[in-house]
Amino acid sequence: MSSISVKNIAIKGMAGCVPERVEENRNYPGMTAEEIQKYIAATGVERRHCAIHDGSICTSDLCQKAAEKLLTDLGWDKSEIDLLIFVSHTTDYKLPATGIVLQDKMGIPTSCLAFDITLGCSGFLVGLGVMGNLMASGSFRKGLLMVGNTQSEYASPEDRSMKLLLGDAGTVTAIEYDPNSKDEVNITYMSDGSGRQFVILPDGGSRNPVNEKSFIMEDCGGGIRRTRLHEKMIGDEVFSYGTHFIPKVYEEMRSKFNIEPDEVDYLLLHQANKFLCEKLRKKLKFPPEKVPYNIQEFGNTSGATIPLLMITELQKELYDRQLNMLAATIGVGFSLGVAQIKTHGGIIVPDLMYL
Amino acid sequence: MELKDFIANFAEQFDETDVNEFKPETVFHDLEEYSSLVALSIIAMINEEYDVTLKGDDMSAAVTIEDLFNIVKSKM
Repeated sequence: MSSISVKNIAIKGMAGCVPERVEENRNYPGMTAEEIQKYIAATGVERRHCAIHDGSICTSDLCQKAAEKLLTDLGWDKSEIDLLIFVSHTTDYKLPATGIVLQDKMGIPTSCLAFDITLGCSGFLVGLGVMGNLMASGSFRKGLLMVGNTQSEYASPEDRSMKLLLGDAGTVTAIEYDPNSKDEVNITYMSDGSGRQFVILPDGGSRNPVNEKSFIMEDCGGGIRRTRLHEKMIGDEVFSYGTHFIPKVYEEMRSKFNIEPDEVDYLLLHQANKFLCEKLRKKLKFPPEKVPYNIQEFGNTSGATIPLLMITELQKELYDRQLNMLAATIGVGFSLGVAQIKTHGGIIVPDLMYL
Repeated sequence: MELKDFIANFAEQFDETDVNEFKPETVFHDLEEYSSLVALSIIAMINEEYDVTLKGDDMSAAVTIEDLFNIVKSKM
């Protein structure tokens, strides 16, 4: 497993924005009330914020709204921003990169470096590692890390395993080069592409170009139907992999960076589904009060879940005091990461926004 | 690993099914309480107790509890 340690950077602010529109899982027509209740008890997802996917709200719009407000609250001038990384699987276009589109739409100077990273659930931890390492040398002074997804777009309406799980969100984290900063980011990563078949949107890329068969609703068993342009997830494979390998990545990270679990304030788990999260919480031996959840309100928002947890559950504490946090994620790829994030208060976190 | 212990661990993943229903030859897919969630609990139990990572295919390939026991054993 690969590990990185980032210093000389400070997390200055975080903000998030979700679609105003809410889908209540209890209103889903494809299941009985009893089945829905069971589903909610298992996954924890009661409702989700989902855009109408007609191009009116894209991930970049959610991130942009969050970023404009955060910049105002921080008192940052856009002319100071020299690094913008957009991490998502739901980009505005196949090309150009959405990060570059955002440079123009937000009026960030053309002198900045802007690019995309295409990742799902592990997006925040990979983005944080990449941005942190680029900035730690002082080559960049002020960066915006935008992580989000509007992946509810990819769920088949007749696939309850995805449809009732996926929510949309955009987040932004403002990071500054600061050689005096006491903040620390330590991350251990694992990537295993042999798991690609278990979470995949099969058609529409170069490997399987869109053809007339891409649009056919196929019976996938268990009452689930989807096309090859919908996201397919084999949940038990992800579950089996995650419960096995997250603890291994965690142990590697813990020994590499000498982490004392008793000194950790919070363990932030990727809000995949409550059943998996609770299994992980128990395996990693953390008490419930140290493991916050917001999956009931937002569902699984892919790479946005960890920053969204910090924004909705730790808003005040991020400003008021120093925090020693761990974050763990498994996602599409498979791509895994476990991180320690140590902050020192003063982090500006505006209230969650809606679009 | 003993079959008897495996069956006991297996039975613990169910809440309502009578414990006497769990035998080596039990066709567990046919148990009324068996669901995708129980399947996940079994996968997690096997991972915790035996450090074996099952594939979804393994769960469907096993007909009886003893079949599953043998699959787990072969991966240890």
